[in-house]
Amino acid sequence: MSLPDFFVAHKREVLTLTGEHLWLVGISMLLAVAIGVPLGILLSRRPAWKSLVLGGNNIMQTIPSLALFGLLLPVPWIGARADRLAILALTLYALLPVVRNTYTGIAGVEAPVREAAVAMGLTPRQLLWQVELPLASNVIVAGIRTATVITVGVATIAAAIGAGGLGEFIFRGLAMVDNNVILAGAIPAALMALFADFVLGLIQRSLVRTQVRTHN
Amino acid sequence: MNDSPAAAIEFAHVTYRINGNRMLISDLNLSVRYGETLMLLGRSGSGKTTTLKLINRLVSQSEGQVIVDGRSTAEWDVIQLRRHIGYAIQEAGLFPHYDVEDNVALVPRLERWDDARIAARVREVLHLVGLPFEQYAGRYPDELSGGQRQRVGLARALAADPKILLMDEPFGALDPITRAELQHEFLELKKTLSKTIVFVTHDVAEALMLGDRIALIDSGKLKGIFAPAEFLRSRHEAVQPYVNAFRATQQILNSGA
Repeated sequence: MSLPDFFVAHKREVLTLTGEHLWLVGISMLLAVAIGVPLGILLSRRPAWKSLVLGGNNIMQTIPSLALFGLLLPVPWIGARADRLAILALTLYALLPVVRNTYTGIAGVEAPVREAAVAMGLTPRQLLWQVELPLASNVIVAGIRTATVITVGVATIAAAIGAGGLGEFIFRGLAMVDNNVILAGAIPAALMALFADFVLGLIQRSLVRTQVRTHN
Repeated sequence: MNDSPAAAIEFAHVTYRINGNRMLISDLNLSVRYGETLMLLGRSGSGKTTTLKLINRLVSQSEGQVIVDGRSTAEWDVIQLRRHIGYAIQEAGLFPHYDVEDNVALVPRLERWDDARIAARVREVLHLVGLPFEQYAGRYPDELSGGQRQRVGLARALAADPKILLMDEPFGALDPITRAELQHEFLELKKTLSKTIVFVTHDVAEALMLGDRIALIDSGKLKGIFAPAEFLRSRHEAVQPYVNAFRATQQILNSGA
């Protein structure tokens, strides 16, 4: 069977697995942003914690994904359902780029701009929302973009613990030694990563334009 | 003079230490009169900028009191204190993501003025610093020259009509022609506005030209306060190097002519 025929024949399953994959990636990224951005902001206020948090996160990244899935398996509640476990692991992987870029973006606000803002009587909250976050936004989005692309890829491994997603095809294809089945998982996953990269890239560039404006 | 109620800003035995030991300002006593322009003159690292920042509590003294408008800065709500005082710095520090209008409107918006009043005020202060509203309101800081950025910075500092204005080498990074232009306009502005201005500079000529009085600061200590004419005549050992440098420049200029 040719690859297009395979897609037609397994249309429903392709759609279901793509949906599961999107769900795994979407929830994980929402969590990673919801945790990572505030954590990055916190680091900009407590630079002393920087090496601890970023270092810890770095170590996290070095754990092979398959091993991390396995290690989390015995954890109560989390290990009880495969998708929970997958989402936790994916969130942990996505966290580092988000935290690091949030911190870097805020730290990159020029000292005179910050000084003027404080001297004009902005409260710490106003400084954050009106100056630091807007100026850091494109760097933060760049971090989310990197994290999303990584997560789409790593999420294929979630199938190994039965969490579903496009990895199902890849593992099945490997077991069957059938390239078409592998590609049926790999191609939609790759397209998903490219699409996410493209859309977030557009957002990022639109943010750059409002900040680092050129003279014409 | 020290305890006179006519002081807009007063330093009483102010000491400032970094990390509890290195002394940047020691036992500073100084009063700034309402409506005067006081120049803080000193070399790099003399403590003049720190002195300025003590006024709006960008730094807080270790000992002593800074009194602004009759109240110790420690008693002021720090946000109110800062909005009550204009602040202009060398790099201007404009918000790069705000256009000129939004930059200038910053403090009035924080203070929740109504829109019509803000619009009128932005127009007024931009006119004051020589930037026609129609031409400049929609521009972003990186579409402006250094001199124009400095003007916008000054307009922003003046926007909420503060009685006190702090300026930290505002013309220091400009080319000589633009600097002379802005210094000249500053003199005009100062006459019309009657603000209390504290102005940090390391440039003797600028201090002599723009100041009503000059406070000489060296190694964190106040060496004396002089009217410009007194400064030039003074035999004070701390003043001498400045006057000599100034005279030397003049001589070179005169001999060339």
